[in-house]
Amino acid sequence: MTPSLLPAARTRTAPQGIPPRRRKPLSVRAYKWFRVGSLIVVVLALLAPLAWLFASSLKTNVDIYDAAKTFAFTPTWENYANVLTRNNYFVYIFNSFWVAFVSTALSLLLGVPAAYAMSRFTMQRSALVVLMARVIPGISLLVPWYYVFSNMRMVGGFTVLILSHMFVALPLIVYIMMSYFDSMPLELEESAQVDGLTPIGAFQKITLPLSVGGMATAGILAFIFSWNNFMFALVLSGAHTKTLPVAIFDFVSYASIDWGGLMAAATVVTVPIMVIALFTQKYIVSGMTAGATKG
Amino acid sequence: MSVSVKAPAGRRAAPAPRSFSDWANQHRKWLFAAPAMIFVGVLIIFPLAWTVYLSLTNSHGSVRAPSDFIGLKNYITVLSDTDRFWPAVGRTAYFTFTALAVEMVLGMVIALLLWRPFRGEKWVRVAILMPLVATPVAVGMMWRLIFDPNIGFANQMLGWVGIPPQPWLSGQHTALPTTIFMDIWQWTPMVVLILLAGLTSLSDEPDEAARVDGANARQRFFYVTLPLMMPTVIVAILLRSIDALKTFDILYATKGKGGGSFHEVETLNVYAYGLSFDYNEYGIASAVLIIFFLIIIAFMWILTRRRKGANP
Repeated sequence: MTPSLLPAARTRTAPQGIPPRRRKPLSVRAYKWFRVGSLIVVVLALLAPLAWLFASSLKTNVDIYDAAKTFAFTPTWENYANVLTRNNYFVYIFNSFWVAFVSTALSLLLGVPAAYAMSRFTMQRSALVVLMARVIPGISLLVPWYYVFSNMRMVGGFTVLILSHMFVALPLIVYIMMSYFDSMPLELEESAQVDGLTPIGAFQKITLPLSVGGMATAGILAFIFSWNNFMFALVLSGAHTKTLPVAIFDFVSYASIDWGGLMAAATVVTVPIMVIALFTQKYIVSGMTAGATKG
Repeated sequence: MSVSVKAPAGRRAAPAPRSFSDWANQHRKWLFAAPAMIFVGVLIIFPLAWTVYLSLTNSHGSVRAPSDFIGLKNYITVLSDTDRFWPAVGRTAYFTFTALAVEMVLGMVIALLLWRPFRGEKWVRVAILMPLVATPVAVGMMWRLIFDPNIGFANQMLGWVGIPPQPWLSGQHTALPTTIFMDIWQWTPMVVLILLAGLTSLSDEPDEAARVDGANARQRFFYVTLPLMMPTVIVAILLRSIDALKTFDILYATKGKGGGSFHEVETLNVYAYGLSFDYNEYGIASAVLIIFFLIIIAFMWILTRRRKGANP
């Protein structure tokens, strides 16, 4: 079992009467307040910069340059209007979404059966090959890819982008799903086979439905990583397939930076993925910690 | 595993596949694994082999231009380059080790704070998740504004307490530490999540036994919890160091091509990217990448060996 897949379920309770992890000279209450205080600091440190990003996106460039308007400013949606209307951002949003969605779906299609086989037949070496993809610096693949795909006149098309993002998504999915299948009891499939299902039938009708949670975890994480991916799209995307992280650079020029527009663009990239994370946080946490506690 | 081949007796009596479905069931191991492995093979192993080949040629200008085989000359060029290559190695090591050290310590402290249940736990978890999922390029841009020497909030805050403004990202010696700070902000939460998962899966007994024996909190942490957590700690170090070594997005977003005008944040990854796509020196870039790859493999090898030792 991997307990990491159920991190929210806290079965342990602190023993009554004895405070958890008390420092000897401090009283229980002092530790409690120390803990509350430090956690507030942590939360502030993590969220304040993001709040700053959002606040700046609501300022005009004049206000951004004015120290007196740091907190007292009149919010305006002007930057968003500029970003969304003048800069083709709806196209970039669609591109980002489409590339992330298709690459995630295809990676699930390839990755889930592979993870199943690797988990059930303990194909350690094969698994290692797939997981290598996480270790290799992406640039070492980009030059050959660029060569091959530009010869095939595919650079700048969606196919190349999706393939390159699958390179990010697939190892992630195999890794997460392997630890998920490892923790699933074999008996369920075995009894299904005794009842007359073929091994593949048992996989389809028993294992797959039971692993929807794991696939959701893997899929959401793959989507997030693909959405956030920058380097591959920087080289392989074209004018019509530019994704959001690359499009942000339109606001940076040699002479100056359109800070308001830049912050609005950055918010446009980040907010959708944060909203997804907010609603699926349970899955994300279990995915990010999958296999971490097996030792 | 042979356990799962418990097909009904009738099926086993007929080993010769009669239909496609029988054949598929018999070969499901490779049927399932092959598509993913072929994909990975074509997209990874073949390019990697090509990179090795390119590193032995003088390919440059255009990937399609003819090139000559020049043996190990590129490697000699790269390894004797004290101007760009070795400083980039130094920066990569500095970036990785500093970020990793701070993230591990900070991550452990925060994970311990979160360990036992408390009210509002859910909200803290949400806060921890936000930097993790935020788009790294957007995060880089956000910090770029905050650390702007003239209009940034960081210097404004320093002004309130009477500290003179700092150059942050634009300073030749402050740029790299500033980007390390950004990495810490974004990725400490990852370490927290992993360590917290490890902590919650620990058994209570050793800790309580130590408590009964009169160990104080510090002793219990260093002699009970930490040793038990070592496997998880190593996993966290492994995952985080792989990504820290390869950091690109934040560096490119904040300092642009070449890691800034003095290459002040040019790590190996940024250097290799510049060689490949700004200067089109594919031969030399490939040599750099192969060396970089070997460094990563060596690093991983050392860590996984330790891991086995820690968990027999």
